[in-house]
Amino acid sequence: MSHTFVGMPAFPDAAKVALVDTQLRRNLAHATKVIRTKRNGVVGELDDWQELRLAGAAIKDRALRHLPDYLEQFEAAATAAGATVHWARDGDEANQLVAELVRQAGADEVVKVKSMATQEMGMNEALAEEGIAALETDLAELIVQLNDDLPSHILVPAIHRNRAEIREIFLREMPSAPPDLTDEPRMLAGAARQHLRRKFMSAKVGISGANFAVAETGTLVVVESEGNGRMCLTLPETLISVVGVEKIVPTFADLEVFLQLLPRSSTGERMNPYTSMWTGVTPGDGPQAVHIVLVDNGRTRALADPVGRQVLRCIRCSACLNFCPVYERTGGHAYGSVYPGPIGAVLNPLLNGVDAGPVEKSLPYASSLCGRCFEVCPVRIDIPDLLVHLRGKVVDSTRDRSVPTAEMLGMRAAAWTFDKPGRLSAVQRLAGLGRRMLGEQRTSLGPVPFGAASKWSRARDIPLPPKESFRQWWHRTRGKGGAA
Amino acid sequence: MTGARDEVLGRIRTALGDVPPEETSEDFAVPRDYRRHREHPEGDVERFSERVADYKATVERVRSDGVATAVTAALSRVGATRVGVPAGLPEEWAALTDGGVALVRDTVEEPLSVADLDALDAVVTGSTVGIAETGTIVLESGVLCGRRALTLVPDVHVCIVRAEDVVDDVPAAVTRLRTDRPLTWISGPSATSDIELDRVEGVHGPRTLHVIVVGGDRS
Amino acid sequence: MKVALFVTCFNDTMFPESAKATVELLERLGVDVDFPTGQTCCGQMHINTGYRAEALPLVRRYVETFDGYDAVVAPSASCAGTVQHYHSRIAAERGDAALRDGVANVAPKTYELTRFLTDVLGKEDVGAYFPHRVTYHPTCHSLRALELGDRPYRLLRAVRGLTLVDLPEREECCGFGGTFAIKNSDVSVAMGADKVRHVRSTGAEVLVSADNSCLTHIGGILGRERSGVRTLHIAEVLASTERAAGTTHAEQPAESARWKGRPEQELAGQEVTHP
Repeated sequence: MSHTFVGMPAFPDAAKVALVDTQLRRNLAHATKVIRTKRNGVVGELDDWQELRLAGAAIKDRALRHLPDYLEQFEAAATAAGATVHWARDGDEANQLVAELVRQAGADEVVKVKSMATQEMGMNEALAEEGIAALETDLAELIVQLNDDLPSHILVPAIHRNRAEIREIFLREMPSAPPDLTDEPRMLAGAARQHLRRKFMSAKVGISGANFAVAETGTLVVVESEGNGRMCLTLPETLISVVGVEKIVPTFADLEVFLQLLPRSSTGERMNPYTSMWTGVTPGDGPQAVHIVLVDNGRTRALADPVGRQVLRCIRCSACLNFCPVYERTGGHAYGSVYPGPIGAVLNPLLNGVDAGPVEKSLPYASSLCGRCFEVCPVRIDIPDLLVHLRGKVVDSTRDRSVPTAEMLGMRAAAWTFDKPGRLSAVQRLAGLGRRMLGEQRTSLGPVPFGAASKWSRARDIPLPPKESFRQWWHRTRGKGGAA
Repeated sequence: MTGARDEVLGRIRTALGDVPPEETSEDFAVPRDYRRHREHPEGDVERFSERVADYKATVERVRSDGVATAVTAALSRVGATRVGVPAGLPEEWAALTDGGVALVRDTVEEPLSVADLDALDAVVTGSTVGIAETGTIVLESGVLCGRRALTLVPDVHVCIVRAEDVVDDVPAAVTRLRTDRPLTWISGPSATSDIELDRVEGVHGPRTLHVIVVGGDRS
Repeated sequence: MKVALFVTCFNDTMFPESAKATVELLERLGVDVDFPTGQTCCGQMHINTGYRAEALPLVRRYVETFDGYDAVVAPSASCAGTVQHYHSRIAAERGDAALRDGVANVAPKTYELTRFLTDVLGKEDVGAYFPHRVTYHPTCHSLRALELGDRPYRLLRAVRGLTLVDLPEREECCGFGGTFAIKNSDVSVAMGADKVRHVRSTGAEVLVSADNSCLTHIGGILGRERSGVRTLHIAEVLASTERAAGTTHAEQPAESARWKGRPEQELAGQEVTHP
């Protein structure tokens, strides 16, 4: 099951389209700057932030290294508390399972809390095919769903829309929207409240993901802001939570780390407005039919890569997106997946394999390796290192071709040159000669129409090599050594 | 579903082939050098009140004998006349001085319907733990805080926090909580950051959060 | 102390002036610096693009070349970062235990120039004179991979005549990123354009940095815009003295491509006043 959007071009082509969308660039620059400032403010308040990051990474690693035990422990505890635990190998299986559970509950409509796992599996579309309408209740998800748009951010899927655009979408697609609706965020939020309220009150089935699943107690945790999560988790008779197997944390006490790391990294708040924790069924409070679907859907592929495994620590905070200079300029759609940004650039190839398609192949290169993502990651996923690791896998996947790629030939030629100083020196002399032929005055070149040089020189001058390399100079003036 | 269960667990075991079989989860160390008890020079209750207020919630501190008066005033300020309360809200907190307010008890024997909840102007509950560092209130489902829907559907939540239940930080709160009851962590009124990533208060949960802190330094 | 210069293939081939300046500076500070001519390249381009197998002989050559020195100094943060962060892993994943031991010996002795100056030599004032308005771009590798912190700033602030102006959003990546600059040239240029906008807003004549690779990218855009801002490696600033300034760099024969720039750049550069 693919996690990437069908028919998306590879990153560089998709990025080109995004880069010329001035409204998009403006919206993203504004929103990411706001969130970066907020995040830095609240992270700066904690003098033990680095220690929290270290603990968060280690707790997740512990859970991942002993995942079978923890999953079984979770299953036993949740079952004992009255939940029914299901397992799914992939998205299709999970979708079918959920559709069946919805039908058993006698419903043809469900309310949904924003969940990356269900989005990754295309659950809404799968349910629609089964005649079940899935209503997204998170404000940003609602904006995306109403506009038949694609999500572009993990936390705020409609980050690419500004308030004026959201107002237009509401007026066009939301029957209950007041005609005098302004673009005041408070008004827009109020319109969403009005639109969804009846649905919440009458829904029979709620579908959620989970931010954390506690092995020790069988507890699920959902972290949210608006209260739509609480509505979906509390009011329906049946609750189905779709949980990736990597969401496990060993103990309830471990939450003390993540409930500090996540809100500060994610929305830049000391704490998000609402966090719900529930363990199975509670008589007299909330859904009396509680289902949990534990899903693999590529996680074991990532887990099998000892270097790549760390990607499963991800708690979907989206700090890496907010701080990424590439994401800030291209937005999320260019990444061709519900997981955009730096984390998407590593998560998609790790979940699907680098040879799954052009998107997966291009994503590891969709980064300048500036390192901001690692710096802000609350669970210390070394994304730049993973990108480099995955680039190695992309290259290795081309090694068995009978005709090597042009890049492979170029890289081999470079390696051959660097293998002996004499060869490097010869290339340098050749370059110096070329420089002399171009004349004394010229120090750089403008646009060059061919090859890689054209990609460089369309907007950047190309420096010309000097007449004499350093090693030639050293040899000439110092006379030590002989290789040059 | 046994097929899927066994297969997923089997895949995971295969994927973890590099983990030494003798390694136990305790063998894999978790460094816990972060703070587990954060002292605030101004005192936890003071810090708690400030930080709750930062979320645009209303916060006031009262003496232990002043709760009912404060609750009455809070309800009157929002014009609430039909007000839900959990089964076990202490009598002295519920002894309102305004006869125009009708208190409706939500009990296990006679739970309010969703429509009943929606018809409430406000809800008054107690709380389990307050967290000073983050301005968070934790509600444990039960007779003092009510079931989860009670503090969700009404648009106004008047929440009473006892000073002795305020702890300094998240780790201190987690040790106080039991997991066999649903827990709701509340930090301010319902809000969203979905429009241009700026926080706006007031979406699906209560749009007004009024916190009354009882006792502590100022009692 | 036996000190070797790891010039880096890029400086060697394209920016020998930066390398000469590094030698001049170190010698002025009393360091007897050697240039082992067996050196070629650290393998950064190969490793970062995914050609790890091709990088292995380069790692081996690096270790063999620099094994006998007490310190190796590189006027490049990204190359020093590659040596420190990747050489041991390349050796390990290829199962070469002897090479891994060699890396464990050489990599920790490899210093980026400004760290060598401040941490090993204990210098801040290196006796430089550079009467220009300068802004400094901390490259991603110097900032986040090597955590050079304020070391380059301390060195620059001690340069006589130099006016150091803050670069807005300085921690933002310039968009070079090695082969990223080609593979994702549109995004790369978009990032570079913002960096250039910030550089120009400072009114600086010279943009200084610890990596000539990033400077080539930023300078390429500055040049295309006829901005009148020159780019210069920090080694060249720190190597400048009153004596050298007698002929001023601008009047010296243009050896480094970037240094002389286009005639119109030179003109515009002169218009910027500095105290």
